[in-house]
Amino acid sequence: MSEHDDDGHHHPQPPSPIELRARALEDILKGKGLVSEEFIDSVVGAYENDIGPMNGARVVARAWVDPAYRARLLADATAAIAELGLGGPEGEHLVAVENTPTVHNVVVCTLCSCYPWPVLGLPPNWYKSAPYRSRIVREPRTVLREMGLELAESVEVRVWDSSAETRYMVLPERPAGTEALDEAELAKLVTRDAMIGTARP
Amino acid sequence: MAGDAALPRRNGELVFEAPWQGRAFALALAVVERLGLDWSDFQRHLIREIAARPDAPYYDCWVEALEALVVEQGLATPADLVAARPDV
Repeated sequence: MSEHDDDGHHHPQPPSPIELRARALEDILKGKGLVSEEFIDSVVGAYENDIGPMNGARVVARAWVDPAYRARLLADATAAIAELGLGGPEGEHLVAVENTPTVHNVVVCTLCSCYPWPVLGLPPNWYKSAPYRSRIVREPRTVLREMGLELAESVEVRVWDSSAETRYMVLPERPAGTEALDEAELAKLVTRDAMIGTARP
Repeated sequence: MAGDAALPRRNGELVFEAPWQGRAFALALAVVERLGLDWSDFQRHLIREIAARPDAPYYDCWVEALEALVVEQGLATPADLVAARPDV
């Protein structure tokens, strides 16, 4: 059994029981030819390096500068992100929901962790946590306030539950005073949390 | 990747907290893809495991869900899974 601690970190503790079960699964699946070390490395590398919110930030910046692209994104987000070379697992039924001065959107998966991987990568721990999953639906303003986002009473909060097929991303409002910025500079303003809906750019 | 471009992705957090989690993630993708399943076939098990233990570590539920999927799809029996665990 090879040890895969080649990430430069120290792991002085023995493997946990769940890690041993994961290794057992890997051995069984490799034995059946269903997975290779190369596949594992390529997937881990892709999700650690290439697939992340910097991709969604490009989509948002494009929508900010190009009204026609914005319209296409809101009509069919899967097709629109494909224009930027983005797609893949968990992006087959992507919907972009736009924030406006009177509507603020926020996304959750109440039952597990469904998340729009092609534009945001893998979800953070808090998104997967039981408190977030249950409370954002019940008391969204309170949860958002706890996370540092205060919304005026005049703003409607819409919570989108990703538990079925659809994956949601939030199209945040373009910040004021950014008229002089180009698309690349605008993309740097777009945070992961803004595309989940728990922050604004 | 340039430092600026890396910022939105990291947010000061690791994508996988330990290598075994990334490997378990890849295993689920492999099973779904190679068996021609729908992601929801794995997701069903994940939802059940999370509901049973809402405060368990996420990847604990993930591995348990994958075990259940592997058994359901006839790739291994529960006894096979136990037998394959390394002796530590």
